[in-house]
Amino acid sequence: MANTLEGIAASKGIAFAKAFVLEQPEMTIEKKEITNQDSEINRFKEAVNSSKEELQIIKDKTLKEMGEDKAEIFSAHLLVLEDPEIIDGVSSKIKEDSVNAEHAMKEISDMYVTMFEGMDNDYMKERASDIRDVSQRILLHLLGVENTSLAAIQEETVVIAEDLTPSDTAQLDLNYVLGFATDIGGRTSHSAIMARSMEIPAVVGTKEATKAVSTGDTIIIDGMEGHVLVNPEQTVVDSYKEKQAEYIRQKEEWAKLVNEKSITTDGHQVELAANIGTPNDLDGVLSNGAEGIGLYRTEFLYMGRNELPSEEEQFEAYKTVLERMEGKPVVIRTLDVGGDKELPYLNLPHELNPFLGFRAIRLCLEEKDMFRTQLRALLRASAFGNLKIMFPMVATLEEFREAKSMVDDVRKDLLKEGQAVAEKVETGIMVEIPSTAAIADLFAKEVDFFSIGTNDLIQYTLAADRMSEKVAHLYQPYHPAILRLVKNVIEAAHKEGKWAGMCGEMAGEETAVPLLLGLGLDEFSMSATSVLPARSQVRSLSKQDTELLAEEAIQLPTSKEVAELVEKKGFIVS
Amino acid sequence: MKEQKYTITNDTGIHARPATQLVNKAGQFSSEVTLEYNGKSVNLKSIMGVMSLGVGKDAEVTIKIEGSDEEEAMKAVDEVVKEGLGE
Repeated sequence: MANTLEGIAASKGIAFAKAFVLEQPEMTIEKKEITNQDSEINRFKEAVNSSKEELQIIKDKTLKEMGEDKAEIFSAHLLVLEDPEIIDGVSSKIKEDSVNAEHAMKEISDMYVTMFEGMDNDYMKERASDIRDVSQRILLHLLGVENTSLAAIQEETVVIAEDLTPSDTAQLDLNYVLGFATDIGGRTSHSAIMARSMEIPAVVGTKEATKAVSTGDTIIIDGMEGHVLVNPEQTVVDSYKEKQAEYIRQKEEWAKLVNEKSITTDGHQVELAANIGTPNDLDGVLSNGAEGIGLYRTEFLYMGRNELPSEEEQFEAYKTVLERMEGKPVVIRTLDVGGDKELPYLNLPHELNPFLGFRAIRLCLEEKDMFRTQLRALLRASAFGNLKIMFPMVATLEEFREAKSMVDDVRKDLLKEGQAVAEKVETGIMVEIPSTAAIADLFAKEVDFFSIGTNDLIQYTLAADRMSEKVAHLYQPYHPAILRLVKNVIEAAHKEGKWAGMCGEMAGEETAVPLLLGLGLDEFSMSATSVLPARSQVRSLSKQDTELLAEEAIQLPTSKEVAELVEKKGFIVS
Repeated sequence: MKEQKYTITNDTGIHARPATQLVNKAGQFSSEVTLEYNGKSVNLKSIMGVMSLGVGKDAEVTIKIEGSDEEEAMKAVDEVVKEGLGE
């Protein structure tokens, strides 16, 4: 029977194969009284030793096939097996309570699982699954139960499982396993992360895949849309085969562009940069060939904690990003919180209209100590790369001047202390308030650069909250007013010899890219995964054509007509 | 007995990777090695013990070592902490 399951798209691509449903081994653990404690303890220790041998093999295999990073988790597992608290804990439970090893093991591991799951920290919560994984392995040995072996798969398969543990994913032979789907998990769960690093399609969180699928069913995993198709009809299979071929072809094309320039057919070069939230995002930035960081949102350093981050902590984070970008431009935005993005420890006032309230640069110019700490960390880090500082939510020139003069003061202080500071650190503003876009010519005389933050600029210009369903249709990126403001900002920058970028979602959209190129945008900053598709598009366009397109678009009366024009004129490649 | 206080500066606190290194190092010595944080004390040779403390960034911790090789143990553990965890 044909059936489609909906889940979370965890790793891109499309896979076709017969299903292999991973059964959870039946394990009933009964509490039994035992008389010979010493032999029970020996039995337990033997199970631990066999588990160790097994894990060592998995670890070596992972190390060889997937590298040190991925193998590290098994070092942690091995350490759990050598852990005095666990091993001695189980042994003394067997001795004192005269219970069987299975029961003692389960009690101890449940205790730790509960403890880790209760921790106020996502990382630690994830560790509960490590303990479960290890204790399951020991229990299987104790019970003499055969583990369904993923390693035994010898034909092309998609794996369907409730969840895949680290030891499961390490056993997947990628010659045969073409993709997987799980019942539980999200985009950041272990299985999803592994799927992306192994580059196989995966859908997680389907809730019922193991129930709906039987081993031997024909399965299509669509890792783009998050669908799992069970026993699809031939016509569906055919259309997915086409989709798969197209995806593979396109990916190959894109991959060739990692080290290429973002240059038009008539020789106009632009910078395609990536937006990041934490230094952890850098791997994706580098593997997707971004030419810089166009927006580093520093608020994540301040969120999910009880106090402000120290200068040192911020310095380390900024330095890491600057160093790893090896001299490529890195635009770091100073703290943008307040209003909707709350920091409980700042005790900010509740406002009726937080988007028009006390936030971002307005807050920073009030909380000068906090702001100064961030500026000190930024300028100290500037010695390690190509830093540009960007102030968010600037509405007036006074705000920029005040922030800039604080930067100058901090620089003087640091130099006096003998700290290294880069000679030139550009300071610019995010253009997201219509007043600023309107007098961009006046700003351009004083700032070093503009970066247009379209998400807010659109909602402020059209007075439409994009989170509000009823007015979401008014959130129009190609509204003539937006295009004209963008044009005004870019022209004002160029007139003063400055550069203009864009760091909203719009910068990576395929309808926007030709328009922005035609309007003369210098830097496009987007999510890392959009960089290669955008580069491929830029390289297919001629600057001259896009200029004509932009001229025409700017005269059109509605957002819809602009989008249609771009499409009709063939500027969208895919 | 040897005793040393540290402030954890590592962004993610003592999590799996640094904890693994620390536990491995402590396990090489016969002395008793304990880690104290927030009024609780655990065996530094136990990964479960160490991780169960949930030591986050900026935490103040104390490491105590007692036994015949406490001198060398303190030196070795101190190196591991300073390499990646704190000061």
